[in-house]
Amino acid sequence: MSNATTINMDADPKLAIKAECRNFNFHYGDFQALKGINMPVYDKKITSLIGPSGCGKSTLLRSFNRMHDLYPGNRYGGEIVMHPDNTNLLAKEVDPIEVRMRISMVFQKPNPFPKSVFENVAYSLRVRGINNKSELEDRVQHSLKGAALWDEVKNRLNDLGANLSGGQQQRLCIARALASDPEIILFDEPTSALDPIATASIEELVVELCEKVTILIVTHNMQQAARISDFTAYMYLGELIEYGVTDQVFIKPKNKQTEDYITGRFG
Amino acid sequence: MSASTIVTLPLNQSLDLQVSDRLRKKASRHMKERVIEFLLFGAALISVFTTLAIVYVLVSESWVFFQHVPLKDFLFDTQWTPLFDDAHYGIMVLLSGTLTSSAVALMVALPLGTIIAVYLSEFAPFKVREISKPFLELLGGVPTIVYGYFALVFLTPLLQKIYPDLPGFNLLSAGLVMGVMIIPYVASLSEDAMRAVPMSLREGSYAMGATRLQTSLRVVVPAATSGIASAYILGISRAVGETMILAVAAGMQPNLTFNPADSGATITSYIVQVALGDLPHGSIGYQTIFAAGLTLMLMTLMFNLLGYWLRKRFREVY
Amino acid sequence: MLESQDLQAIRALIAKAKRWDAFFGVLGILSLMVGVLTFSALFVDMAIQGIPRLDGNFFINFPSRRAENAGILSAWVGTVLVMFVTALAAVPLGVAAGVYLEEYAPKNWMTDIIEINITNLAGVPSIVYGLLALGLFVYQFGFGQSILSAGLTLALLILPVVIVATRESIRAIPQMIREGSYACGATNWQTVRDHILPYSSAGILTGIIIGMARAIGETAPIITIGALTFIAFLPNAPFAGDPPAGLFDWLFSPFTVMPIQMFNWTSRPEAAFQVNAAAAGFVLVLMTLLMNGAAIWLRYHLRKNIKW
Repeated sequence: MSNATTINMDADPKLAIKAECRNFNFHYGDFQALKGINMPVYDKKITSLIGPSGCGKSTLLRSFNRMHDLYPGNRYGGEIVMHPDNTNLLAKEVDPIEVRMRISMVFQKPNPFPKSVFENVAYSLRVRGINNKSELEDRVQHSLKGAALWDEVKNRLNDLGANLSGGQQQRLCIARALASDPEIILFDEPTSALDPIATASIEELVVELCEKVTILIVTHNMQQAARISDFTAYMYLGELIEYGVTDQVFIKPKNKQTEDYITGRFG
Repeated sequence: MSASTIVTLPLNQSLDLQVSDRLRKKASRHMKERVIEFLLFGAALISVFTTLAIVYVLVSESWVFFQHVPLKDFLFDTQWTPLFDDAHYGIMVLLSGTLTSSAVALMVALPLGTIIAVYLSEFAPFKVREISKPFLELLGGVPTIVYGYFALVFLTPLLQKIYPDLPGFNLLSAGLVMGVMIIPYVASLSEDAMRAVPMSLREGSYAMGATRLQTSLRVVVPAATSGIASAYILGISRAVGETMILAVAAGMQPNLTFNPADSGATITSYIVQVALGDLPHGSIGYQTIFAAGLTLMLMTLMFNLLGYWLRKRFREVY
Repeated sequence: MLESQDLQAIRALIAKAKRWDAFFGVLGILSLMVGVLTFSALFVDMAIQGIPRLDGNFFINFPSRRAENAGILSAWVGTVLVMFVTALAAVPLGVAAGVYLEEYAPKNWMTDIIEINITNLAGVPSIVYGLLALGLFVYQFGFGQSILSAGLTLALLILPVVIVATRESIRAIPQMIREGSYACGATNWQTVRDHILPYSSAGILTGIIIGMARAIGETAPIITIGALTFIAFLPNAPFAGDPPAGLFDWLFSPFTVMPIQMFNWTSRPEAAFQVNAAAAGFVLVLMTLLMNGAAIWLRYHLRKNIKW
């Protein structure tokens, strides 16, 4: 199993590593949820995390922006290093708030704030101390365009975020995550609460986004992982079983367990 | 077709005969269930009758009162001397006491209650929360007569050290203690409203790099607005309706003033004052307390309507 | 991108935001301290003033014109009797109303009216209940300024508390329990009697205790119905006295209660009576603290033990 960590893929030399887990462990109280994860995340690529429920993929994702710090009793071990500055995101002296400013996140269920469409996006700028009206307007518009939502909401910027449709709400949350120019965006099963049409538009958007930003996405939908991601990591019971270029993982997985999962024999 | 009907019909009939005795609704059991339901319904109706009775008593006694005292005098006269020979019935005098003491109380209770609620809901470690909540409940359970005693014999002398001209009976001391008494109500209800805000909203905010305070003030508090508004309305109702603290510590002399350092009577303390005396049933003095009570009731009704409106206006859509 | 931003500026911003965080944390603790300090001052002050006065005689003496001879006998007996009437009226009515609203009430306008009404009653100032009782119980029904009137007044006052507590603890029972009972062929009432009430009883009890603790300290409505502040006798025990009292004569007896006794002493100018007020207040606070404490303890253990 641990051979997953030593995979040496025939990688494009131009690929840069944006972040990597080094012997990363995670505990919820006494329960060890992640065991010895070693995995790179390539710059401006889409990496997907797949595996049966409870395998730890969301736990791993939420470690990247230290969401676990919000709850008592959680412990990190090992390192998640961010490049190019080589910062260990988990280090005690690193402020989780700074981490979250660099790595933003989109959640499973759309969670717009009970504010207007405009203020939802502006929020991530306001917490960075940007309160200048024209700058806010420019950047909110830019992010809404980036999230392919501008044309639909430009006339209802003062409407409550919750009044948008589910797919629009999720794109609003993506715009919110984009607004602050993050280096990585984490997606936690972003389409699991959406219908197929909204799902397709989000997937398209994610693929477009990866030109500008590194993307790490958790999905329970293997077709989705195959469709959109460049790299895929298969996890099981808190361990990273297999990691590689998506096509390789899906077409000829090295690990029997991965193959069983992908072909639908269990999961 | 016809063959099958011939076969099934007798079968159905025979089944009918076999089970009907057991399945038939037992009249006695049915009756018992209906009687019990009716009794329980009657108990639930008591609350409606209570409201109707309150309205009836207040309105009918006030009706007699307003036969003697024109509404214009009641609303605009600047003296309240119903027990003197030269009787004046200006409710404004009692209202000024009620409003002044309530304002003092709310200036203490609303900010402190809200800060405590935000602190307990968003900042406090689990342990602190677990200890503070029951403590606040105990604080809210102290009888108000005890708070009144405290205002009179502890706080007023203390305030007189800072401000020697303060009279022994004053609205300030009563209002301050009343504020502390109301803190638990405001804090506890606001905190419940904030804790009902789904975690996903907080996570959304933290994931943008917001701090605790930013998340609390910009996401959680706005999302809990309607609940917090209810808490404030309850606090206001408590302040306006509070009786014993004022009866004990604010003096009972009617006094048209908005200066908290004065002594004064409120609507509630006036009712107590009359009830302590020996007014004959049916006299005009006796009826004044119902007119005063009606005014109080209308005020709380107004605040409650405002509360409904606020709740509707700011109803949470997560 | 971060590279284009000034990392130092971001760090400074975060540091500033975090100073506000820390400031607010301190503010929160200070605000809590206002409550803690007030309560401690109140409790300690009353204890210092009052405890020396709390000897056995204080509990078995009637009030007196001489402060040092005065006691709270008639007050605590009155409180016990009034509370008895209150409990007897409020508990069955409140629980029945709660059960009706949770288990029987159809979704219609009548139910809506009852529910809105209960919410509103909880916000009605207590002195208004006093006026209601004065008009209704004392004069219309002719109960007079008696233990019965006072008990019923306080019962109406705490009815919303009991109803809400009953409803909340019934609502905590999962639907599968009801379905299980109906599947055994139980009727509506059998389900309520054999399952709903037993399983929610601890929660209901918590609500009753909290309601009674509130009733015990209520002063204004009882003064309003005209309770006397100076009572130097006890209500007749059933079949006692001459001519012998009936079984329920005590219900119509004049009375006083603890908070009124305290109010009476507080409003006397002499310092010696203030000491009596402190002593009576101390007893009163202890009673409410014990009751509320019991309710909190009960609820805490309930939360720990129940697993559906």
